[in-house]
Amino acid sequence: MQEACCPELSSILEISDVQMHFGGIVALKGIRYAVPPGIIQALIGPNGAGKTTLFHCISGLIQPTFGHVLFEGRQIDGMLPHKIARLGISRTFQHVALFKSMTVLENIMLGRHPKTKSGFWATGLRLPAMRREERKILETARYHLDFVGLGDSANLPAGTLPLGKQRILEIARALATDPRLLLLDEPAGGLNIRETEVLGDLIQRIRACGVTVILVEHDMNLVMEIADRILVLHYGSQLASGTPMEIMDHPAVIEAYLGGG
Amino acid sequence: MGTDFLQYTITGLTVGVIYAMVAIGYNIIYNVTEIINFAQGEFVMLGGLFAAFFVGTLHLPVFLAFFAAVIATGCVGFAMERFVIRRARNAGVLSLIIITIAVSILLKGSAMLGYGKDPHCLPAFSTRGPIMIAGAVLQPQVLWIFGVSALVVIALSFFFHRSFYGKAMLACADNPIAARMVGIPVRQMVLLAFILSASIGAAAGVIITPISLMDYDRGAMLGLKGFGAAVLGGLGNFYGALLAGCVLGLAESYCAGYLSSGYKDAVALIFLLLALFFKPEGLFGSEAATLKKF
Amino acid sequence: MNKKDRWAFVGMGLLIAVFPGVALNVKCISHYVDVMVFAGIFSLVSLGLCMLMGYAGQVSMAQAAFFGIGAYSSGILTSRLGWNPWMAMPAGAGVAALVAWIIGVPALRLKGHYLAMATLGFGVIVHIILGEEVKWTGGPSGMVDIPGLQIAGWKLTSEVAWYYMIWSVVFMALLFCLHVIYSRVGRGLRAIHEEEMAAESMGVPTACYKVQIFVFSAILSAIAGSFYTHYVTCLNPGSFNLMWSIRFVLMVMVGGTQSLWGAILGAVLLTFAGNEWLQIFSDFEILVYGAMLLCAALFLPGGLASLVPKVIGVFRNSLTHLCKR
Repeated sequence: MQEACCPELSSILEISDVQMHFGGIVALKGIRYAVPPGIIQALIGPNGAGKTTLFHCISGLIQPTFGHVLFEGRQIDGMLPHKIARLGISRTFQHVALFKSMTVLENIMLGRHPKTKSGFWATGLRLPAMRREERKILETARYHLDFVGLGDSANLPAGTLPLGKQRILEIARALATDPRLLLLDEPAGGLNIRETEVLGDLIQRIRACGVTVILVEHDMNLVMEIADRILVLHYGSQLASGTPMEIMDHPAVIEAYLGGG
Repeated sequence: MGTDFLQYTITGLTVGVIYAMVAIGYNIIYNVTEIINFAQGEFVMLGGLFAAFFVGTLHLPVFLAFFAAVIATGCVGFAMERFVIRRARNAGVLSLIIITIAVSILLKGSAMLGYGKDPHCLPAFSTRGPIMIAGAVLQPQVLWIFGVSALVVIALSFFFHRSFYGKAMLACADNPIAARMVGIPVRQMVLLAFILSASIGAAAGVIITPISLMDYDRGAMLGLKGFGAAVLGGLGNFYGALLAGCVLGLAESYCAGYLSSGYKDAVALIFLLLALFFKPEGLFGSEAATLKKF
Repeated sequence: MNKKDRWAFVGMGLLIAVFPGVALNVKCISHYVDVMVFAGIFSLVSLGLCMLMGYAGQVSMAQAAFFGIGAYSSGILTSRLGWNPWMAMPAGAGVAALVAWIIGVPALRLKGHYLAMATLGFGVIVHIILGEEVKWTGGPSGMVDIPGLQIAGWKLTSEVAWYYMIWSVVFMALLFCLHVIYSRVGRGLRAIHEEEMAAESMGVPTACYKVQIFVFSAILSAIAGSFYTHYVTCLNPGSFNLMWSIRFVLMVMVGGTQSLWGAILGAVLLTFAGNEWLQIFSDFEILVYGAMLLCAALFLPGGLASLVPKVIGVFRNSLTHLCKR
């Protein structure tokens, strides 16, 4: 576990000794890890390993019991989620948390929230600055819609899309916040092979735009294909980390996954 | 000065105990369902009016009337759960708030229809004259109030910690899904909670009526103050509720005595607001309980 | 604003514009203009409350208290201190906003029942203060001889003049709310309503928005209270008690929590019910209100507004059916 920290690389995200206790249950037992910028970092492990809990800690939905999370050198644990979103971290959810009765386009427009600022009174009075901003929001949202390839369903209610497209839409919504770090929680969950391929392609295009991606995923083919680095969690502690090749041959991982058979 | 103080203390503790019983009613329902029952105060009002009816119209002896009123109000609690709350089991928090408020208005309206707008009275439980303590007057009824509420609290703690049903109810509160999986009929427990909390409210109503009379319009205020006691004592905490109820009653009584009688009703409410704002887990609520519930 | 709302806006505008023309010429309903003035005043309250209930998912049991703060601010400032009513109105709104902010910030940080209970307690406190501060408020007997409104030196005396004035204000408020709903902030609010956690993670400051809506609803109530004061020119604390707060909630529930149109519809219906149709029940109207509230919450959670698309659908279906024949 010494190789977990990579001091030679400057990191976009640094997790230092994060622990999470729920009553008597310890979901994270002191994670230390640093994610270098510009890569696709996969986070794998069996159910209950603490992957989603770690995501919640990073995005501010829960506060770690001990330890700190640093984003671009800045401490973000203890901040409210919307403030963290403003700093440049965005995410998707395991259970696809779209705003189902809003249209596809509106969902992405909502993603522009951290980058815009017209307030309650400005919108109610339709001040000129607010109208300009609203036009810009629409433009940017359309750009992201086309980027992920959902241009033809712009005005459908988000809840009516098939699951594959819903997951893509959730990514588009997250991208609309102009993140520098994107957390994807099981984006391929429930997708078929064809859809997964499209997804993998999309994630690689996102990396090409300079966005660092952290990916929680069970689909090993996808992970091995696109991830630059992998961190393996096991019952709340880190089991191994390295490149896909290293992980595949890692004795501890084989032990955990194949049950010491 | 000393006499006044003693007198205010007696008055304060008397109403404080009543608030505590209302608070316990909130706690029972809250513990099992996480619903705040906005109709809790109406149960107290109903208890008082039922008892007045049984004594005044049916000429029952007052002790029989006490039990009859408690049972009758328990039936109202039963009906409320069975025919209203159960229908709304999938409703959101907002709907549940509105539904219990609606029930409280209905109960209040029905009471006005049945008993009119005038206050009703009830003879004291014992006919002895007042007892004098250092110049302060102690109505024997006050002793009855303390006795009955002490009995209720002791019986409840036995019920929750010793009996099967009580333990099952606590289990529902802790984790309804797990409780259902081990075979506890959660629906029945919810029903029981409503009956129990209506009965306790009614008991409070019957014992206070000989002192302060009862009319259809008293429920909301009693309910609010009782809720103040529940929050101040930590929602779900019986002993906390008892203590907080007494604190509120004393504060109210001292305010009425030394400051302004017009504002005495506001005192408990100001306490409620302060508690909600600064210490929502209550004075005696545990950190863990707060985490789980909110 | 989308197309449907635009049409509804124009349609309602026409309806409201021609109503006095019709009502005043039919003898038995000529006093309906007066009722509609009250309906307009209450619409302001229900619009604010609808935003709070439908979009922030919170209920306030203190709208009558904010209404009372507006009303008494106007009453006291104009009749005791000689202010111009048009100056007293924003002053009252300011007080209400400040108070709402003080209550809202801590109460909305907590979830579920807390705002309801906090506002319930606060409403009762305000009612007690109105009854106790006899020197300022006149206590239980209230205040009389409050001046009416003037616009540019012209005194508003007729009911019709009041009618048009108050409904223009309602339309302005409605337009404001619609603009909010179909904009950045409104998207944020709708998002909070659907998936609060996701909204927060996408950068929507959920707590801040809820407080803003609560303050906004308090301001609208206070303004409505001011208009009420200057229309009836007398006040007593009975109009600002808990029962009135419940009536305001009922207006929104009947109309539909998620529809601003429903809020106005609910206010109009309930005002007519209270002033006209339920008079026969006298004191027992409270039972009718309780039953209505219960039925609305149990059987018609979307309110009457949710029936409109269904009715239109049925109408359309039967129309096409007829045409085919």
